[in-house]
Amino acid sequence: MIHFVLLISRQGKVRLTKWYSAYPQKERTKVIREISGEVLARGPKLCNFVEWRGLKVVYRRYASLYFCMCINQGDNELEVLEIIHHYVETLDRYFGSVCELDLIFNFHKAYYILDELLLAGELQESSKKTVARLIAGQDALVETAKEEANSISSIIAQASK
Amino acid sequence: MNPFSSGTRLRDMIRAIRACKTAAEERAVVRKECAAIRASINENDQEYRHRNLAKLMFIHMLGYPTHFGQMECLKLIASAGFPEKRIGYLGLMLLLDERQEVLMLVTNSLKQDLNHTNQYIVGLALCALGNICSAEMARDLAPEVERLLQFRDPNIRKKAALCSIRIIKKVPDLAENFINPAAALLKEKHHGVLITGVQLCTDLCKVSSEALEHFRKKCTEVLVKTLKDVANSPYAPEYDVGGITDPFLHIRLLRFLRVLGQGDADASDSMNDILAQVATKTESNKNAGNAILYECVETIMSIEDNGGLRVLAINILGRFLSNRDNNIRYVALNMLMKAISVDAQAVQRHRATILECVKDSDASIRKRALELVYLLINESNVKPLTKELIDYLEVSDQEFKGDLTAKICSIVEKFSPEKIWYIDQMLKVLSEAGNFVKDEVCHALIVVMSNAPDLHGYTVRALYKAFQASSEQESLVRVAVWCIGEYGDMLVKNVGMLDVEDPITVTESDAVDVAEITIKRHTSDLTTKAMALIALLKLSSRFPSCSERIRDIIVQQKGSLVLELQQRSLEFNSILEKHRNIRSALVERMPVLDEATFSGRRAGSVPTTLSPSTMASVKVPNGVVKPAAAPLVDLLDLTSDDAPAPSSSSGDFLNDILGVDLSPASAHSGASQAAKNGTDVLMDILSLGTPPAQSSSSTPDIFSLSQNQKSPVASLDGLSTSSPVSAHAASPQAASSIIDLLDGLGPSPPAPENNGPAYPSVVAFESSSLRVMFDFSKSPGNPQITVIKATFTNLSSNIYADFVFQAAVPKFLQLHLDPASGNTLPASSSGTVTQTLRVTNSQHGKKSLVMRIRIAYKINGKDVLEEGQINNFPREL
Repeated sequence: MIHFVLLISRQGKVRLTKWYSAYPQKERTKVIREISGEVLARGPKLCNFVEWRGLKVVYRRYASLYFCMCINQGDNELEVLEIIHHYVETLDRYFGSVCELDLIFNFHKAYYILDELLLAGELQESSKKTVARLIAGQDALVETAKEEANSISSIIAQASK
Repeated sequence: MNPFSSGTRLRDMIRAIRACKTAAEERAVVRKECAAIRASINENDQEYRHRNLAKLMFIHMLGYPTHFGQMECLKLIASAGFPEKRIGYLGLMLLLDERQEVLMLVTNSLKQDLNHTNQYIVGLALCALGNICSAEMARDLAPEVERLLQFRDPNIRKKAALCSIRIIKKVPDLAENFINPAAALLKEKHHGVLITGVQLCTDLCKVSSEALEHFRKKCTEVLVKTLKDVANSPYAPEYDVGGITDPFLHIRLLRFLRVLGQGDADASDSMNDILAQVATKTESNKNAGNAILYECVETIMSIEDNGGLRVLAINILGRFLSNRDNNIRYVALNMLMKAISVDAQAVQRHRATILECVKDSDASIRKRALELVYLLINESNVKPLTKELIDYLEVSDQEFKGDLTAKICSIVEKFSPEKIWYIDQMLKVLSEAGNFVKDEVCHALIVVMSNAPDLHGYTVRALYKAFQASSEQESLVRVAVWCIGEYGDMLVKNVGMLDVEDPITVTESDAVDVAEITIKRHTSDLTTKAMALIALLKLSSRFPSCSERIRDIIVQQKGSLVLELQQRSLEFNSILEKHRNIRSALVERMPVLDEATFSGRRAGSVPTTLSPSTMASVKVPNGVVKPAAAPLVDLLDLTSDDAPAPSSSSGDFLNDILGVDLSPASAHSGASQAAKNGTDVLMDILSLGTPPAQSSSSTPDIFSLSQNQKSPVASLDGLSTSSPVSAHAASPQAASSIIDLLDGLGPSPPAPENNGPAYPSVVAFESSSLRVMFDFSKSPGNPQITVIKATFTNLSSNIYADFVFQAAVPKFLQLHLDPASGNTLPASSSGTVTQTLRVTNSQHGKKSLVMRIRIAYKINGKDVLEEGQINNFPREL
């Protein structure tokens, strides 16, 4: 099971956090600090796993961003690397060659995509296409709602003239 | 319109925050934004609620407090539109966690959304529920989720499956409701549903043996077929990862098969073929393929034995181990740890490679490899492996030295074939990384040295040489100083030369130099200096010619700012000046330290509440000190000064403490009051319970009573539960004395309702030979106090005599132990001993109880000691 997902920039800034196990808010800050300390300090070519508090952090670096997932001792580390990659590819497909700025300004979208990929700390969908289709469906719903709201307000505006 | 609520857009806020050059600037921007959002919340502004929450999430991510936005999430979730709900649920998952009470308020909205006609909204609700639900919510909403497992849209079914995992983890009782719908998911074709369905079934097996049986019988074949299909499937672009179709599904299927195959030969048999196929056919040039192989190997290792498959698996691991990719090597080491229990020989073959991994530049790999080497060591290979490790100690990273040293010490202690080898290796470790060696390891070393009389001379000379070579390592210095103090004469006279030694010439003043250097060195800590002082005192009697010089050094310490050193130097000085006639008797060599006692105590849990200052003050009562290990051990070892032969091998803890305070003679001469006081003081220090029953003079009559008449004791149970008949069976005297034991309870037992809420009894401790049950009751009106009735049952076929129960609690608790109902425990559960404990929890409501226990008794005159920690107290005590 994945206990939490962290996206940390090379400067140690947090870009996304998702908690599947209960960590109180105070503890979360501590966890983030500890893990970014451990992960950012590791050189290239070392293995992508760090043992931490009896759990394991699997991380992978994409450009300036570190994607970290914390799993149980007995879980399959190599598979988690694939899950991270799966997420990154899905993001890439959605944003069109994703970069850190996309994730900063559209952080909520990154969360929505993660929610289609993982649930309760387990993998939900192995098809990038399905994830993209589900997100597109929901985005469309939001768009329609916005348009409706706009048309209503323009009707009101016209009526009040 | 509110001037604040027009506010900035999310994008602009993020820009503004990113433009900040200093942390203070950023704080200012965030503060302003938060003020605007708060104002907008107070206005109950609906138009910007959506945007405000998005901003709050961003601010939250930066680490600022955002609790004031929690209610906004609930409002958004309760609104009708999809966009509002979407952001509301996101905020809920981000800003709240399962512990917050606010979460309960959302249960109703969740229920409605789970029944919504729009499947996306159902999906949002499932997602939120799966990620943060608490046990109560799980219970409330389980029926909805169960129903959604059969929803028409597969995307909802898969979400519901994962959501069910969270539910059964929170409330395992609900598992059986999910067995059938989960089994149905295994027959689906949709990969998302299959992946989640398999995962759900795996987790169901963890919480319910019934589920395991069901799946094993009904689903093994289906799963094997599914795995076969997916392993043989042609190229499928949608699921392809590096040339393999859906590795995620592969892995989950393999993992589930492992659960089914474990401990069941038939199930294991039916999956052999497909496992062999996966193990041989999977491409191992990409990470995805290796991930599958890794999972497959683990499954092969876990299911029932099949020789051929195991060989295949071990070969795969061998290939992994020689891979150049660090990730692959890491998982190989990880898996070899598990393989040791299956086939130790096969793992031993890779010993050389594993040893190389200990020296890897990657900390994670080093750590894994070291753990593995530790498991690989046995009597036959301990010497070469230890040599390798110690050689590596010289060049290893500073941060790795701690781990490495601890492991080497533990290996050497466990497997040493002879004492001289043990001493040699420990000296090497001390010289190389003495600063990383734990105190108790040093103490163990000293015990071993003391027990090897023919090696005393050799040891002290080796230590002297090591000290000359490097005096930087604190623990080396301590051990050296101790040995020179004890065996200084052997150093000078070259007593007990071994063939392997080069003779050295050390004069008496050279030996004194060591202690002098140590005491004057600035970096020495207090313990080391104190030990050097004692060593000097001892040397003064061993080397009369240096007596004057030693006195000078001791006198210099009179000016020490450290009270301990100052006081000792004054005392030692007066020994040297005024009590020459008894000096040599005072500083005689230490009696041989008893190994069994030491190891027994070392294994015992040492109460941590003993403060260092108390330790320092009791350390040197007779001018005889031993290198301090754990403070308590030190305290206890003083008994061996009073009585040259250590009392008994397991050593009754409390008697030892008594022995410190009183000479054995006075303990017998009816000074039991004093003895009691002495114990009480120490008890307080150690935060242990009251003295054991035997030592108190008033209790024996109660004992005999309760032993002769079993029934009143049995009715004690009744007192705390409900039966009011209780004490009538016994004589009034007996009844009253027993009631006195229970203290708070009057002659007429109060109804149980008055005792506050009832708490379930727990099995506090259980070993193969003994069970301890705890029954709880609260004294009415004072929730801090819990009365615990401990019931001890003997599960073995031997009678336990001199049965003593002791308990220790952390500082926030106070413990009062009443005398036990007896000190003999009849065999085979044919009778019990009860004892009442009163615990006052000063942190009631914040922290729950925790306790360490230690139980000592005798079987046929042999001492037995059992220990444990109790963590399973009901929370609200």
